[in-house]
Amino acid sequence: MENLDLNVVISGEAGQGLVTLSQILTKTLVRAGYYIVVTQSYQSRIRGGHNSYALRISHREVVAPTEALDLLVALDQNSINLYLPELSDHGFILVDEKVSSTVHSQVIRTPLADLADDKFSNSTALGMVASLLGLHKDSVTRTLREFFDKHAPGTSDHNAESLAAGYDWILNYPVKFPKLHPSTLPEGRLTLNGNEAIALGSIAAGMKFFAFYPMTPATSIATTLAGHAAQMEFVIEQAEDEISAVNMAVGASFAGAPAMVATSGGGFALMTETVSLAGMTETPVVIVVAQRPGPSTGLPTRTEQSDLEFVLHSGHGEFPRAIFTPGDVEQCFHLTIKAFQVAQKYNTPVFVLTDQFLADSYRSVGPFDLGQLSPLNPCLDSCVSANPHLTYLLTESGISPRIFPGMTSQCVRASSSSELVIADSDEHTQDGHLTEDLSVRISMVEKRLRKIDGLKSEVVGPEFIGAAAPETLFVSWGSSRGSVIEAADILSGRGWSVATLNFLQVWPLIPENFVSILEAAKYVVAVEGNATGQFARLIRRETGFHIKKVIHRFDGLPITPKYILDRI
Amino acid sequence: MVNIAEYGDYETAWCPGCGNHSILSALKNALVATGLEPYNVLFISGIGQAAKAPHYLNSNLFNGLHGRSLPVATGAKLSNTELTVIVESGDGCNYGEGGNHFLAAIRRNLNVTLIVHDNQVYGLTKGQASPTSEQGFVTKNQPEGVFSQPFNPVEIAVAMNASFVARGFSGKADHLSTLIQSAIRHRGFSLVDVLQPCVSFNKVNTFGWYNQRCYIIEEDYDSTNRDMALRKASEWGDRIPLGIIYQNRRSVFEDRFPFLSNGPLARSPVQVDRVSQLFDCYR
Repeated sequence: MENLDLNVVISGEAGQGLVTLSQILTKTLVRAGYYIVVTQSYQSRIRGGHNSYALRISHREVVAPTEALDLLVALDQNSINLYLPELSDHGFILVDEKVSSTVHSQVIRTPLADLADDKFSNSTALGMVASLLGLHKDSVTRTLREFFDKHAPGTSDHNAESLAAGYDWILNYPVKFPKLHPSTLPEGRLTLNGNEAIALGSIAAGMKFFAFYPMTPATSIATTLAGHAAQMEFVIEQAEDEISAVNMAVGASFAGAPAMVATSGGGFALMTETVSLAGMTETPVVIVVAQRPGPSTGLPTRTEQSDLEFVLHSGHGEFPRAIFTPGDVEQCFHLTIKAFQVAQKYNTPVFVLTDQFLADSYRSVGPFDLGQLSPLNPCLDSCVSANPHLTYLLTESGISPRIFPGMTSQCVRASSSSELVIADSDEHTQDGHLTEDLSVRISMVEKRLRKIDGLKSEVVGPEFIGAAAPETLFVSWGSSRGSVIEAADILSGRGWSVATLNFLQVWPLIPENFVSILEAAKYVVAVEGNATGQFARLIRRETGFHIKKVIHRFDGLPITPKYILDRI
Repeated sequence: MVNIAEYGDYETAWCPGCGNHSILSALKNALVATGLEPYNVLFISGIGQAAKAPHYLNSNLFNGLHGRSLPVATGAKLSNTELTVIVESGDGCNYGEGGNHFLAAIRRNLNVTLIVHDNQVYGLTKGQASPTSEQGFVTKNQPEGVFSQPFNPVEIAVAMNASFVARGFSGKADHLSTLIQSAIRHRGFSLVDVLQPCVSFNKVNTFGWYNQRCYIIEEDYDSTNRDMALRKASEWGDRIPLGIIYQNRRSVFEDRFPFLSNGPLARSPVQVDRVSQLFDCYR
């Protein structure tokens, strides 16, 4: 018995080590060549509170999470109560017999604590899962040993013994569980979540300065970067608040270091005055906003797509910006690189807008073709000869060539005062000094806004997937992409004429790129993780096209294919 | 050799008699005395009458937001440690809007100099109380007088073990200039709080008021003795001490990034082969 697609959930209280267990399983599966989609759901508490880690596994490409439940590893009774009603017909729940009193034909009561040392019972459970899925004992043991050698040296042997005990126990247990279809993917793929991909993308782009203030769900970008900073020789600093973080980034960028910050809605609210500063001083900065449900503190550990309008309109006054909205982990990597390139070229703030679901969602990714990579070289990119230097030189493109304080236009240490760099948050003359001359004001506003034409020429257009001229067209942006694609796929299998239009960049919008596609469809359905249909409204504002049907989700959980199908 | 003319001579927007004029002049003299060329100095300022000062200097400048000059300075200095970074702004900017950054900058001990024009009042917005205004200080916006206790930046800085803490007075410009020189030469975060009259909006703490109270600390004062410094820093009222109140040799923040000594980050682009090594961690 084989299954095309299995969904394994590991669930328990925070602090029970379920993430460790899950991550080892995840990495083993990616190494074994499977596609995965991980959905992490947790309550905002370090210990206690209910957490779950859902792992959808397939030998075919899967791009969306699912509600289906084939195997549950329940680390507490509460997990059984929550998930038993959702268990598929062929599914099972694995639980320590000492933890649960539930008697049910689909509940496998295991002597978890007695098979091996109680301290390592998660590894025992991992062995059981690996055995049920038909994974090789050696491959999961190798991943487990690597993990514990790194994180808890000296415990590898005990953990490996526990894993083996669990693995073998299942082999002797009379149960029929669907095995995974043999995998087809080549080796060398990466196990990455959205935040890790953004961190790696920023490094690959040439970032040299990162400042942050911790905020869920953005924090793991900082954690990932902190692990690589010394080796890659970039500065990382935890600032006293988000205001400081983004001002540090602006200062670093002004002095020549490509810079980034990462935060979530509330932290970004604190940054907005400086978004405007970056726009006015024409200082490139990349700002990652990983969304979570608001308003205010909202649901701190859940997901939502409700900060599109906020990010689009953040910062007082008028200045150009670009907003990238990656739809999967691979796009997180590539669009972060693109964000740096665009910021650096147009000297303005550029955003990468994601959300908790994508931030924490592990996938099998890449391997990336780094041969095409050309990290930013601020000296080559920015330094041109000008004497005396005019920070805000009026140009046709609106882009003023940059040099850096203390360095000449040739990017060597300055030796005369002919190339001073002066930047001002006040309206300014070309040389950077504040002015009240209103004709200068007009020319500077126009200069800054001229950069929008360039930004438009760089836009990553929406991705159209499906048969041409569909009757039904789904429109998505950001992380709802995967579920929209799968929903369309299922409908197409039922004979529907359906396709998807997925926006990887929501600003600037180029109506000519997509309006004809919208107009050609009989039914257009926007799918958004918010209550008000922010992107559908933006499209109407920019193009006049009214998307009448919007599927919303704002309960803090990611949009799934089933969620869409139930509402279409 | 740098000469003072290289720092330029500009018409200012300040009132005649404003303390800013002599602070600017003391600063220029200090820059020349330390041999700093304008192109090796980066001024960072916020918003306020004091924050305009670097516009009247021929040097590199980032004039940012109210209260946020220290974070900008932190990023800029870490980006290029060859620059001498000087932050110049007022008491409202640094002790009010930017108070958290002031505390963090002391803790971080980055090698930058902070010069605070401290006139105990808001000038740019026309006469509201500042964090250093005395209790009972009456303004149009505080008609009943200020209730809150004033912030004593020098005392706070010493209490936090700041690595260089000095107080000057715009009325003693030569002395102030030597303080600024010492602050610039000091390796670590250096604070120079500069008392100055505001002729338009502070009719209490006038030139005469400061002049009567300010005294230059005795020559045998040991500025490395923290206990003595705490006592000296708490002196305020009839007698106000001027000079280097406290200094130490705490480790400096940028030293924790050894690669910064290779030169500006702009000149150290990422190596692609190192990026591919990084990816191996995720296989």
